[in-house]
Amino acid sequence: MSDTTAHVGSPRYSAFNVIAGIILALGLVVTVLRFSGGLSSVTNLDDYNPWGIWIGFDLMVGVALAAGGYVTSAAVYIFGMKKFHSAVRPAVLTGFLGYTLVVIALHYDVGRPWRLPYPFIMQQGTTSLLFEVAACVALYLTVLFLEFSPAALEWLGLERARNWAVKLTLVLTIFGVILSTLHQSSLGALFLIAPSKLHPLWYSPFIPLYFFVSSVIAGLSMVICESSMSYKYFKDKMDDTHMKEKESVTLGFGKAASLVLAGYFVIKVIGIASDNNWSLLATGYGAWYLVELLGFVALPCFLYAVGVREKNITLIKWTAAWTVLGIVVNRLNVSWIAFNYHLPSSERYFPHIAEIVISIFLVTVGILIFRYIVTRMPILYEDPDYPQH
Amino acid sequence: MSISRRQFLGWLGAAGTAGAGAAVGKKAHAAASKRFEGYPDSDGVLFDSTRCIGCRKCEEGCQKVNELPEPDRPFDDLTVLEIKRRTRAGVYTVVNKYDTGENGKGTVFRKIQCNHCLEPACASACFVAAFTKTPTGAVTYDESVCVGCRYCMIACPFEIPTYEYDQPLTPKIEKCTMCYPRITQGLLPGCVEICPVEALSFGKRKDLLREARDRIQKHPKRYVDHIYGEKEMGGTNWLYLSGVEFEKMGMREDLGTTSAPELTHGALSIVPMVVGLWPVLLTGVYAINKRKEKINREEKERAVAEALGKANAEAQAKLSQTMEKAENDKKTEIDTAVKKALEEAAKKESDDKETS
Repeated sequence: MSDTTAHVGSPRYSAFNVIAGIILALGLVVTVLRFSGGLSSVTNLDDYNPWGIWIGFDLMVGVALAAGGYVTSAAVYIFGMKKFHSAVRPAVLTGFLGYTLVVIALHYDVGRPWRLPYPFIMQQGTTSLLFEVAACVALYLTVLFLEFSPAALEWLGLERARNWAVKLTLVLTIFGVILSTLHQSSLGALFLIAPSKLHPLWYSPFIPLYFFVSSVIAGLSMVICESSMSYKYFKDKMDDTHMKEKESVTLGFGKAASLVLAGYFVIKVIGIASDNNWSLLATGYGAWYLVELLGFVALPCFLYAVGVREKNITLIKWTAAWTVLGIVVNRLNVSWIAFNYHLPSSERYFPHIAEIVISIFLVTVGILIFRYIVTRMPILYEDPDYPQH
Repeated sequence: MSISRRQFLGWLGAAGTAGAGAAVGKKAHAAASKRFEGYPDSDGVLFDSTRCIGCRKCEEGCQKVNELPEPDRPFDDLTVLEIKRRTRAGVYTVVNKYDTGENGKGTVFRKIQCNHCLEPACASACFVAAFTKTPTGAVTYDESVCVGCRYCMIACPFEIPTYEYDQPLTPKIEKCTMCYPRITQGLLPGCVEICPVEALSFGKRKDLLREARDRIQKHPKRYVDHIYGEKEMGGTNWLYLSGVEFEKMGMREDLGTTSAPELTHGALSIVPMVVGLWPVLLTGVYAINKRKEKINREEKERAVAEALGKANAEAQAKLSQTMEKAENDKKTEIDTAVKKALEEAAKKESDDKETS
């Protein structure tokens, strides 16, 4: 697409655009291979390891990191934190794109993607937690689409439709929180059925709760990251309100993240205690578990607190990035590293390069669409014709 | 009056039985907290590893009756037993060899195939309900609805279901069906029929359990005192006897007796609770904030009004004061003017008087 006017300070052949172009080309090649040769031609999946990084990263991590949408809209519209209002639209956009990419990724992973609606229209496997995940993700994608629509409708100049969409805000926000609570937790609950395959340090009856609480952490941290990235690359698109509120968003969300991380740390420790898994901490997996618990939960909890206390925006931003990495580590631990821990290393899974290509490809597509939208639609600024109520 | 106590209790009993009857449906009892002991009179297979000689005939029988692809190496090539194999696309069953190192028992063989759980994890996990626990005991799979998500493979504790990874657009799950089409016609499963040493016995599960106990009792030295599959993961229709610890034949003994649906029913049961309570909680929080905002606004308005009122009153007072002063001044002025006029008039009068 002609992108010349889109990105100020970035000519058509900037390093970013060239690299993105290469990734897109590679992604398309793998796409053709996947749909002509089957999963075995582009993945290292096998009968012992039916889920790879397309589920572990693209689905599990993708959904967690897209939690910013419900967290931010709940904070502003339900908990009445109006000073974060300018963060809602970018967060909802990030969430909407995140979920869209999750669904696209699923089309690569499942055998017959056109049958993805089957659980709703053919036979309902209501005993499956995957049914719950599918139902909630489908509904929540619709909710995010509607939550995002005012920005698009303002851009298109469809005032009446836009005003209708805005009226739905509160209902959509409540609906979004319910659906997110359910499917964020259910993604963890997917593993409840396999206690013999997931390492006991990660397997817990509380795993749905862990997934839900950590999705709040992921959402808060992603908003901070996204806001600082947007400031770096789309500063010219931000209006005065956004600029003014930006710092309070970082401080406020940093504070919230620190608190939720503290709670998360406590319930994780309670989980170890209730299963009496202390002795497992002394094993190799235990060491890795401690890296996750201390390095990616306790440490960012502390750093966020310090950053907020000293109003150190830089520290908060880096802590947010570290926390996001921690969420990636956690989801990959559950779905990959600690899954099938009982198998000998020759039967374990390691992603094929083509699997990694598709994951990077989808992230790149997400960034490009994000760029396309924020440079055109009123995301980082208010449309002067449509002042916020 | 007309209903006797006995009659009433009889009705209750009938209702109870009817309820239980209705509950024995076509699908597995997933997500129910009640324990499902298996369909009464369901079939099963007993595998006695002390009898198995590792001839791979069962693999051959399976391939023939299910019209599966020809094997990479012929079934009479026993060197494949040297490598550990598992079920895979096109292969419903394999026999593996294990060197146990136990004196007198040495090398043992184990046949691997679907165990046909009483409450199958695959059926519980499938979000299109493609798996069915049939009253015969066999767990069957319906390819026509399968999306290919492979969650059944994640869920299965015995690592049985396999997937056609090389099919780009029409991959399906494959696993042993206990020869469902054959057993419903009164035929034996392919593997059972071909076994030359009666290491496999087909029959009603409850009869097989009795038979297995009988063998253990008669030959306590030959067998370990455990029937694998009686309770594992809630019980399976395929049962195993062994002369060595099952662990030594690669069978997990740490699976526990909890069936797959029991593992997930807690999480599933919370769903409607969240749907019911979250809107109340969230609307409540919203209402509290709305009210707080309203009170804030009202307080602000009142404060402003008060301040305005006070300022007004002060201004009023000042005004009236000024007015009063002005009036007084004016009065004094008038008085002075009148006085002066009077004085002048008086003076003029006296002047006139003087001149006249």
